[in-house]
Amino acid sequence: MLLAVLSGLIISLLIIPFGKLLTTKWSFLLTILPASLFLYFMSYVPAISAGSSFLQHINWIPSLGVDFDFKLDGLSLLFALLITGIGTAIFFYARTYLKGYIFFDRFFGYLCLFMSAMLGVVLSDNILLLFVFWELTSISSFFLIGFNNDNSDSRKSALTALSVTGLGGFFLLAGLILLGNIAGTYTISELIDARELILNHELYPLILGFLFLGAFTKSAQFPFHFWLPGAMKAPTPVSAYLHSATMVKAGIYLLARFSPILGGTDYWNYPLMAVGGFTMLFASIHSLFRIDLKGILAYSTISALGILTFLIGLGTREAIIAASVFILVHALYKATLFLVTGIIDHETGTRDITALGGLRKVLLPVSIAGILAALSSAGLPLTYGFIGKDLIYEATLHTDYQTLGWILNAVAIATNIGLVAAGFMAGIKPFVGTLPKQFENIHLPYKSMWIPPLILAILGLVFGWFPGPVGDFINHATANAVYGSETDMYLKIWHLNIVLILSVATLLAGTLVYFVNKPSPSKLKAIEKLNSIAPQRIFRGYANDIMRFSRWYTDLFHNGYLRSYHLKIILFAELLLAYKLWISGPITLDLEKITTPSFYEIGVIVILIGALYIVVTTPSRLTSVVAMSVIGYCICLIFVFYSAPDLAMTQFTIDTLSTVLFVLVLYKLPSFINHTGKAILYRDGIIALSFGVIISLIALRVWSEPISEEIANFYGENAYILAKGKNVVNVILVDFRGIDTMFETVVLSIAALGVYSLIRLRLKSTEKE
Amino acid sequence: MELLLIILLGLLYAAGVYMILRRSMVKLLLGIMLLGSGTNILIFLLGGITKGKPPVIDENAKIFQDAFADPIPQALILTAIVISFGLTAFAIVLLKRVYALVNSDDLDDLNTPEEEDI
Amino acid sequence: MRSPILQSATKYLLPILLLFSFFLLLRGHYYPGGGFVGGLVASIAFVLHSFANGTEATMKILRRKPLSLIPIGLGVSTVSMTAPMLFGLPPMTGLWFEEPIPVIGMIGSSLFFDLGVYLVVIGVILTILFTISLNNLTEKD
Repeated sequence: MLLAVLSGLIISLLIIPFGKLLTTKWSFLLTILPASLFLYFMSYVPAISAGSSFLQHINWIPSLGVDFDFKLDGLSLLFALLITGIGTAIFFYARTYLKGYIFFDRFFGYLCLFMSAMLGVVLSDNILLLFVFWELTSISSFFLIGFNNDNSDSRKSALTALSVTGLGGFFLLAGLILLGNIAGTYTISELIDARELILNHELYPLILGFLFLGAFTKSAQFPFHFWLPGAMKAPTPVSAYLHSATMVKAGIYLLARFSPILGGTDYWNYPLMAVGGFTMLFASIHSLFRIDLKGILAYSTISALGILTFLIGLGTREAIIAASVFILVHALYKATLFLVTGIIDHETGTRDITALGGLRKVLLPVSIAGILAALSSAGLPLTYGFIGKDLIYEATLHTDYQTLGWILNAVAIATNIGLVAAGFMAGIKPFVGTLPKQFENIHLPYKSMWIPPLILAILGLVFGWFPGPVGDFINHATANAVYGSETDMYLKIWHLNIVLILSVATLLAGTLVYFVNKPSPSKLKAIEKLNSIAPQRIFRGYANDIMRFSRWYTDLFHNGYLRSYHLKIILFAELLLAYKLWISGPITLDLEKITTPSFYEIGVIVILIGALYIVVTTPSRLTSVVAMSVIGYCICLIFVFYSAPDLAMTQFTIDTLSTVLFVLVLYKLPSFINHTGKAILYRDGIIALSFGVIISLIALRVWSEPISEEIANFYGENAYILAKGKNVVNVILVDFRGIDTMFETVVLSIAALGVYSLIRLRLKSTEKE
Repeated sequence: MELLLIILLGLLYAAGVYMILRRSMVKLLLGIMLLGSGTNILIFLLGGITKGKPPVIDENAKIFQDAFADPIPQALILTAIVISFGLTAFAIVLLKRVYALVNSDDLDDLNTPEEEDI
Repeated sequence: MRSPILQSATKYLLPILLLFSFFLLLRGHYYPGGGFVGGLVASIAFVLHSFANGTEATMKILRRKPLSLIPIGLGVSTVSMTAPMLFGLPPMTGLWFEEPIPVIGMIGSSLFFDLGVYLVVIGVILTILFTISLNNLTEKD
């Protein structure tokens, strides 16, 4: 199983170096990956149907409780089959869809990465591992949405999707860690045993809240649904794969996976029913007013996800079975509709349903697929969708809640009426009616594009006719995994009861809505206003504010003028140092420590200050250099007075050489120009003086503290005994701290080489000219 | 004398800061050198200043017989002086080269290079 | 700056200053002085000579590019640092001859280290100053 999960990752890594070899001709090799994985998982079907499950354990980071724990049970297997099965169709389809695209290899890299991550999510038995893969799906989704990276809309949508799902992921992690800490284990199979402990813990509602946030953001539940329509900017195969069939169902998977651990309480049921119920109705109404085919599909997907959330929230046996059937039903017809939309878009260049019509004349097999999928989505008898819908109604009818049950049933019916109409709009509308003139020359695309949706659509029909084998599997395996006990309900093609009547009524009403409702841009605009209830606007506004703030901040701090950077740094340093001085209390001066300066010492310092004044004020370059050397010599004298002969000699020679250096270089440059106004000069003067005062105060403070002479005495005592030297300064330099000196000479050498090469470089460039 | 030195190093710092707030590259360099001198004095002062007792052991003795000036700040400053020469030399040549290219000493002129060959 | 007096003066000043710098280097371990100061004084001697006689003339006396002094100096320092390792001692352990040598005094590995510093300092400073002044000459032409 580890290999099955990681194979996609490995292939996507291999695509980095070998991607360019991947022409469309050879890309069929890639489809082997999902296909073989599909077969691999198929081989588990008999065993899983019989009720067994498979575990694999490989140590990864045992100290953190993160291990490669994989578990294959009914629920995982259903998802794994969906991921690899629909993945195979998508891989086939995308090869032709993206033929000749420059980032062809990159696309398949992301797709493999995503498949791998998604398999990881559904197979992980360790919640932290699950989280890692969870985030990986968000990341690959980000890359795929922003695949047309030269389009700013794409980038924006990708970022929105990433930030919404990333935010949810953040909460999810918090929830999972809390959960793991309370239960003392991070393994899902063991968490089930700790159910009582978790349910009675005071943090249980908080954990649920975090978990729901993660699931709702991922599965686009209201009010986080807004990222999904934006995600339709991705290439259509991606929308079909990630944003309808698999990734968005990760949130549903999470809820289903955790319902035996956390579910069955009021805290669990009511929020899920409320959010799911509202989302499904809201999105289903919305989908009726879309004119973009992908927009319709996006909203009907949100609605379907709402139904799933709602069913899991309902939590009864029927509801779980309905949910597991509906996952498969929805994946089959929605992927088909997306792929059909992709073909229409690819061939006609538009997805505007008001402009499309009559395409059955030119795209016959595609129209068959589309119409079959639409019928399945409408829940026509003898399609798989019918069984799905049937079960949903049955689930809402057979609840413990008396009046609430009827309300729920009404909501479900209203939602389904909308979905029927939306399905017709997306799957039938483009193919019926008269064919506009400009589309007459359209021809059928290469067969690898229309065969996958056709197969998926026909599967929807086959499952509907023979619910037995599929039903058995889903019944026993999936529902058992979620519900936790044996279920013995069998899927039937027909029910002759109130449920059937409701189904037929829904179908009729939906068809009526389809004929009555004529979507138009003006209606779209009106319904779009409804969306402003959602935090989309807050989110966008927040993003804009951050952008504005960072622009303002950048302008303020990075204006490109070195002196203004200096100014800010110095001001900040002043504030910090002044604060530090302030809190460190008053300075006490030991007057006895102060020595009286002699006459010549005062003289030297006065000269020094005078030279300093000249350096600061002089307009002449040469004068300032001379004044600088005066300063240097005065400092040299200070060293002489205070027992530092080595320093004095060094300062003296260096000062001489510096002056030579300045004269050599600077005599050519023009004299200083004064650009700055008086006010700024005063401002800088005040800042500079206060900096000086602060440094003086710090010096005073440090100086007034007693000095530790330990180190000095060590050197004094050992200079001759250990190093046979009597000039302690020199002994420190060449012996005690010899390595420092060594590196100092290296630094000097680098400076010399730098000077040498700077000048040489210049000579060469002038020679070239 | 210590108080005088403290005032002096404050002035050196103030002058240095003032100079690096100017637009001229040469003034910037001079400012950095002044800050360096100020720091040298600061370290020298904080080591405790002593008159007429260099950290050199007497000819006939093996260890100090008397109090002596702290050798550590001196070793530090000696290194600093020499390194700062390396820095100054490099900076000044860089400055010369920039001047030759943009024909200006004004730091603001470096923001908008007119030609791409810089 | 080319005055005959300075030219003839530097003819004698150069060897004297160089001798003085070497003296500073040797006595550095016992009295104020050492590799840094010695190297600086020696560079001043050469710079003075170049002022009086032109940089090319000084380069002729040096016979080689001052840049080549840098690797030599670094090499001497490194060898004196690592030499104790040959005797199984940790690097930078001071090694000393038993008997003092006349005039110079005690000789140990740290003297060679200082010699390396001395050479590096001369190399660095002359490289910097001479490249600049040679460059100035070419620019004038």
